[in-house]
Amino acid sequence: MGLDFTIIPEYLDLLIAGTWWTVALTVVSMAMSLIIGVVFAVMQLSRHRLVRWPVTFFAWLFMGTPLLLQLFLIYFGLVQIGLDLNAFVAGVIALSLHFAVYNSDIIRSAIIAIDDGQYEAARSLGLSQFQTMTRTIVPQAVANVTPALGNMMIALLKESSLVSVIGVMELTLSAQRAISDSFRSFEFYLAAAAIYYVVNLTLEQAVRITERRSARYR
Amino acid sequence: MDIELIGRIWPFFAEAAWVTVKISILAIMLGLTLGFTAALASLSRNPVLRWPARSYVSLFRGTPALIQLFLLYFGGPQIGIHLEPFEAGVIGLGVNIGAYMCESIRGAIISVEKGQTEAGSCLGLAHHQVMSRIILPQAARMMVRPLGVNAIALIKGSAIVSTISVVELSYTAHRYISSTYKPFEMFILASVFYLAIVTIFSYGVKWVDRGVALE
Repeated sequence: MGLDFTIIPEYLDLLIAGTWWTVALTVVSMAMSLIIGVVFAVMQLSRHRLVRWPVTFFAWLFMGTPLLLQLFLIYFGLVQIGLDLNAFVAGVIALSLHFAVYNSDIIRSAIIAIDDGQYEAARSLGLSQFQTMTRTIVPQAVANVTPALGNMMIALLKESSLVSVIGVMELTLSAQRAISDSFRSFEFYLAAAAIYYVVNLTLEQAVRITERRSARYR
Repeated sequence: MDIELIGRIWPFFAEAAWVTVKISILAIMLGLTLGFTAALASLSRNPVLRWPARSYVSLFRGTPALIQLFLLYFGGPQIGIHLEPFEAGVIGLGVNIGAYMCESIRGAIISVEKGQTEAGSCLGLAHHQVMSRIILPQAARMMVRPLGVNAIALIKGSAIVSTISVVELSYTAHRYISSTYKPFEMFILASVFYLAIVTIFSYGVKWVDRGVALE
């Protein structure tokens, strides 16, 4: 069977809808993984072992096993304990937990990296505790984490293709739907790859702009 | 937790773990070869070498590994490439990780101070001699760790070949989840094997790193 790319426009709506779901997955999971990542980072900096250890164990487990396996655990595991979530929610939970572990590492080292002198300087200039945090510490921490977190989001975009195996109708599964209808594997996987590539480049550009903007706080 | 079930089926997981190890090692070897070639090509002054290497890295790092694998395995037959699942898995994973490894190797080469190149040329060494005698031995120390990170990411990433029905760890876990409805037990069982493989491998990377640093 030769190649015939003229078939792609017929399924364009399907692919575009899939692209939006991929973007939604990426944005929602990234936001959640940041929130969980901050919580994990703060817990790991705690003085109490009982607070630190659960996070350390969870991080070890989730860094040492494949995302696909974690996806199976969350999707089928939640069904087993009686929570019949839809695939999108299960996908978001799996992606957020997986990336939260990596994000928390980045955030933790950014917090550690800020010099104690910065707190002291801000306090001696008469800033309140709240002002010290919002004006001095957080802007610097944000500037430090932006490049690394940006790379995580780019990784998340690509890894989000895995949730197609539990039936989330994102870009990969949309391409598969088009294929099962048209029997044109090469054309649609290539089309999906092209769309991922464009979204990826756009995201990279956005990360670069954010990086430049936040660099002045360094 | 169903210990009795785990006791009965763990040998199947052990067998599957061996497939994961085999596919990972082969893919890492392919990735290193491609990564090394692409890194040298991308640093070349000749655009005919540089341009294809840079496009390879950009395209394969810019799209999901899963899509690349599907394109090769399901799309391949349309352009005359017929592969067994295992072969497609090795090639798909290897070509993908090669792009990341290229960046690790390139980064290490670039990080060698420029004065080293100049000193080499001043001593009358040819360009390839400067590369092989001066730059690469120094860059080797710097690339072990990032390449180790790539390789460990590949071991975990190899789970995706379960989607093209290579019977490795994640495939086996998925199959037993569907037949026994015990996702927690299967996750723990597969995780033990993944963690063991990853742990042993990272010790190997540390050992190589120490060996290279001593030289």
